[in-house]
Amino acid sequence: MKHERITGAKALMRALQAEKVKTIFGYPGGAIMPVYDALYDYTRGEKKCFDHILVRHEQAATHAAEGYARISGEVGVAIVTSGPGVTNTLTGIADAMMDSTPIVVIAGQVATAALGTDAFQEVDLVGVAQPISKWSYQIRHADDVAWAVSRAFYIARTGRPGPVVLDFPRNAQVEETDWEPVKVTFVRSYVPYPKLDMSAVRQAAELINGAKKPLALVGQGVELGNAQRELKAFLEKAGIPAGRTMLGLSALPSDHPLNVGMLGMHGNYAVNLKEQECDVLIAIGMRFSDRVTGNLSTYARQAKVIHLDIDRSEIDKNVKTDVAVIADCKESLPAITALLTEQTHQGWRDSFRELDKKERQKVIEPAIHPKDGPLLMGEVVNEVAGQSDDDTILVTDVGQNQLFATRYFKYLRPRSICTSGGLGTMGYGMPAAIGATFAAPERTVCCFMGDGGFQMCIEELGTIMEQKAPVKMIILNNHYLGNVRQWQDMFWMRRKSFTRMMNPDYSLIARGYSIPYRAVTDRSQLAEAVAEMLTTTGPFILECAIREEDNVLPMTPPGMDVSQMMLEI
Amino acid sequence: MEQKKLYTLLVYSENVAGILNQVTAVFTRRQVNIESLNVSASSIPGVHKYTITVWSNEDQIEKIVRQIEKKIDVVKANYFTDDQLFIRESGLYKLSAPMVMDNPEISRTIRRFQANIIEVNPTYVIVQMHGVTEDIISLYRALDTFGCVLQYTRSGRIAVTRGMQEQVSEFLEQRENER
Repeated sequence: MKHERITGAKALMRALQAEKVKTIFGYPGGAIMPVYDALYDYTRGEKKCFDHILVRHEQAATHAAEGYARISGEVGVAIVTSGPGVTNTLTGIADAMMDSTPIVVIAGQVATAALGTDAFQEVDLVGVAQPISKWSYQIRHADDVAWAVSRAFYIARTGRPGPVVLDFPRNAQVEETDWEPVKVTFVRSYVPYPKLDMSAVRQAAELINGAKKPLALVGQGVELGNAQRELKAFLEKAGIPAGRTMLGLSALPSDHPLNVGMLGMHGNYAVNLKEQECDVLIAIGMRFSDRVTGNLSTYARQAKVIHLDIDRSEIDKNVKTDVAVIADCKESLPAITALLTEQTHQGWRDSFRELDKKERQKVIEPAIHPKDGPLLMGEVVNEVAGQSDDDTILVTDVGQNQLFATRYFKYLRPRSICTSGGLGTMGYGMPAAIGATFAAPERTVCCFMGDGGFQMCIEELGTIMEQKAPVKMIILNNHYLGNVRQWQDMFWMRRKSFTRMMNPDYSLIARGYSIPYRAVTDRSQLAEAVAEMLTTTGPFILECAIREEDNVLPMTPPGMDVSQMMLEI
Repeated sequence: MEQKKLYTLLVYSENVAGILNQVTAVFTRRQVNIESLNVSASSIPGVHKYTITVWSNEDQIEKIVRQIEKKIDVVKANYFTDDQLFIRESGLYKLSAPMVMDNPEISRTIRRFQANIIEVNPTYVIVQMHGVTEDIISLYRALDTFGCVLQYTRSGRIAVTRGMQEQVSEFLEQRENER
């Protein structure tokens, strides 16, 4: 069979096409020019098969790819140049690694002959990316392109997903190869889906059947495994109340009767206290982050712990497990469900209500329905949640905006939240929201940001303008780096060290980018302003003047027991 | 805190560039020192074997091993205590030839440790010894009391398991069947 001779850069286009890539976020530069030249033909005219979104900073390319991946369930793709181009992506790569987000970052590199010579814009990408990526590989020859790209996508999307980095030296982009497609579906040293151990399944079912006070902790693994339905069946059969991690918020709809709220430092009161009272704790696709467990030495000591996870290295990492079920939860959940006896645990579930009532009265009502004083973050989130469609996607930045938004938004459809959980990356919000609009153009995307985070990737307003990306941006402006300020007030003797921030005139910035803008300074304008934002086609900036020194509550102070969660300061 | 013990890790990986970096990074991240390290081709074509010794405790070493095994190109990683392994190390001792000639006690010491003299010339004598860590170090200490040691070096550990199962080849066989 005669093969077609094409360049490595063109081979990359074909390999991406074979992986069914539709959207690429990127930024050109010297060492990636052959790829961008090939991309020219593949993004217009008859051959068009990709949309390329030109971002304004490479970090944003990775966050946009993350947002795209999180909402679409497909692999997000970023293409950047060598050196600073790719070092700018490292934050996004680390973020994707922490939050198990499947992205593939393809970076230019100096020619292999120049490697190690400190050539212009050379950086040892594989060296720096290895510890923060699932796999990193240098494509040294055009002949390797088809194999390396297919392997990259296979690794990124299978098992516990994560970021993959491809380092693509210039010579491999320009040299020719006999094009032959490759489909990698097997890597012998990599077992993405561990075989379900039926004895572990039986042990887990036995523990759950005998439990008087079972509690499930639902993580993003359920969404990554598309096991939302299997989760519901599992919980409903045995009447198990379930808390969700921040990344797992849309794994179980907010209005489900077994949903008992969000876990963690600023999660819901009842579920945090009940972690210290339950007799069987069932962790499903979550990793017992320190933001969830608080003081590990006292965490859920009274409970038998069942841990369902696809990643064996998560078992016993933070919390000692009594039964580990190492498998894809799409497979393990139904296997356990089949062995469960039907129960309701009504008394146990009702016991959450008293605590819920306390939280509602002390924290929630004052946060979402304040009577007077300046606007609060909680009420803005509540208003947007109330007016927006049920399938709205919540994107947040990091800080108080994230904690209020995740607490008071609604999650009624799968894959409804994009937030930077593990790495806590300020500046994540706006670019991730851009990615989300490309993943689900038919859904509304609301992005809550503080004045700090908004300015950390503010350059992406350029991308939003150019793409007319319909991101509804809500700036919760309190003139502070609010979360750090809250900690300074609580734990650092109120010494507000560099957390007060001078802001620009955002109306002028919005005007510069031709993005519709509205400011809300008074409660009476809020509902109407939110309505205007949601009914305006395309992007919108809603700036809310927020009470300057508000605190996120409840809160378990860092390192304390989850049962010491505070409803007031 | 659990007492620290010397553990030996046997890690098998595909023969691709950069694996050593990935393996050692797992230790670096936790600031755990590697005591010794030996890398070589294994008996399985295309598979490299890493023998790593490290002071750690059960809880920590288990997490380290799992995080190493999680690396895409790592085939298998396991940890062992000394009683589960046949262990060998080598020592090389470069001694001052005139001093060895002057003091017959030095030669007697070498024989007592069943070490071999493998090179002699007017300025120095090279002694080699194979054995377990303690013996190799003991010989160094004994020779050092004579003040005759010019250079001394000890290899990384190599080890094979005492168990009956050949875990890595069986694993790879099973994987090929799953393909």
